[in-house]
Amino acid sequence: MSALRLEGVRKSFGDHEVLRGIDLELADHEVVCLIGASGSGKSTLLRCVNLLERLDAGRIFLGREELTRSGVDVNDVRRRIGIVFQAFNLFPHMTVLRNVTLAPRDVLKLPRAEAEARALELLARFGLENRRDEYPDRLSGGQQQRVAIVRALAMRPELMLLDEVTSALDPGLVAEVLNVIRELAAGGMTMLIATHEMGFARDIANRVCFLDEGRILEQGTPEQIFAHPTEPRTQQFLERIIEAGRL
Amino acid sequence: MASEGDRRSDPEVERRSRLLGGFHFQGEGARGVAIALLSTVVFVAVVIVAVTQSAGWPEVKRTFFDWGDISSSFPDIARAFVLNVKIFLVCEVFILVLALLIAVLRSLPGPVFFPLRALAIVYSDLARGVPTILVIALLGFGAPALELTGVPRSRVFWAGVGLILVYSGYVAEVYRAGIESVHPSQEAAARSLGLSRFQALRRVILPQAVRRVIPPLLNDFIGLQKDTALVATLGVVEAFNQSMIDSAATFTYGAYLAAAVLFVAITIPLARLTDWLIARDRQKRQAAGGFA
Repeated sequence: MSALRLEGVRKSFGDHEVLRGIDLELADHEVVCLIGASGSGKSTLLRCVNLLERLDAGRIFLGREELTRSGVDVNDVRRRIGIVFQAFNLFPHMTVLRNVTLAPRDVLKLPRAEAEARALELLARFGLENRRDEYPDRLSGGQQQRVAIVRALAMRPELMLLDEVTSALDPGLVAEVLNVIRELAAGGMTMLIATHEMGFARDIANRVCFLDEGRILEQGTPEQIFAHPTEPRTQQFLERIIEAGRL
Repeated sequence: MASEGDRRSDPEVERRSRLLGGFHFQGEGARGVAIALLSTVVFVAVVIVAVTQSAGWPEVKRTFFDWGDISSSFPDIARAFVLNVKIFLVCEVFILVLALLIAVLRSLPGPVFFPLRALAIVYSDLARGVPTILVIALLGFGAPALELTGVPRSRVFWAGVGLILVYSGYVAEVYRAGIESVHPSQEAAARSLGLSRFQALRRVILPQAVRRVIPPLLNDFIGLQKDTALVATLGVVEAFNQSMIDSAATFTYGAYLAAAVLFVAITIPLARLTDWLIARDRQKRQAAGGFA
């Protein structure tokens, strides 16, 4: 059974149709990378899956459950799906530990000790245990993004959505975040990843989808997409990426 | 070129000018202080000479600056001033709560909440549009006249209600500015973790919003402390009314000065505290590299 299934997802902002009928299916433990130019709809697609945007048409299923049916408990859906944003979006008035324990305590109603134990275990796993009492603005971008990933993981999500999580980082800090994601993939986490890091996508993805003007124009294994793209638009996109020295 | 000694005194000057809030000494170190002192002395001297040379000065001096009048009326007025402080403290608590409620109502998104939003907007407009003195007079004379059972007849009570209603309009706007200054991505992050709208508001948005608006909130506190004198219009004997009584007994105005000194003794420390908080907030934001 699939972990996530999208059927004919459409979304417009005003007159601009950002998603023009997306069909996509992720198997359990599968890692799918979305690539494509800025504005091709990658971020919007992820926000739709997390119900941060309302669909104009189409259906989304998480496991057996339809997320887009009326009367769905959006808070329950979101606690089962983790999302990490490009700009980290940590809570600046809370320490690292509080950032990570907020949702487990307030949403899952875990006792404080249990939530903190869970948080400290995750922080230790990603080399952040000595940052537990720092405020986010004292951390490097790479550390902030790792905390944001830990914050999402603390809810033990069935699925993780990563929205260009390295785009706001200095080049030197990208690797530490990508390594965290590699570790998650190795641990069997199902992930849908929007990324501009083509080398990383080629390396980690089970499947790569090329988005163009709100449609999935081409998808396949990294080998197929990066080495033998069939669509002219995909070829153009990859040529531009190679020219920019990013592959 | 600054000498070794000047440079060492810099942190001290910095500290003092922060303590003094808005007072900034131009120039460096001790020399700057000396220039500021000299120009202040000259300025004050010019004002004193101009005032004391004026034609009406002897009469003003007799009616306003009779030390005997001021000191003899001071104890009465200070006792009456306790009522101003009490009104201020009690009203402030209710204002902070009511205003927050209004601000939250006004920031609710979506068409469903339109009536609540509209209500909050109408309230803010009315509260800020009607002169405070009129609100106090309407409530203070009107509400007790209804003679409803269970409704207090005390004029002080109704004057307090008036101040709460008026100031909640202003303070709600301050809160709203704070709420709107928190980036929408913060709410998205909170909601994406499964927090409800209310949980996101309480845990993520309001704590950041309130921290940012503490200085302007204190500004409104200062205004409220002064406006407690408006309660006098209902015949309640607070500091201003007491000074009118004293003044009528002596045919001089020293009592007003005594009342003014009492108000200033509370509002000036509040103003300096506000300046200090603003400066600290600015420093913090700079330390955080423009984030926050």
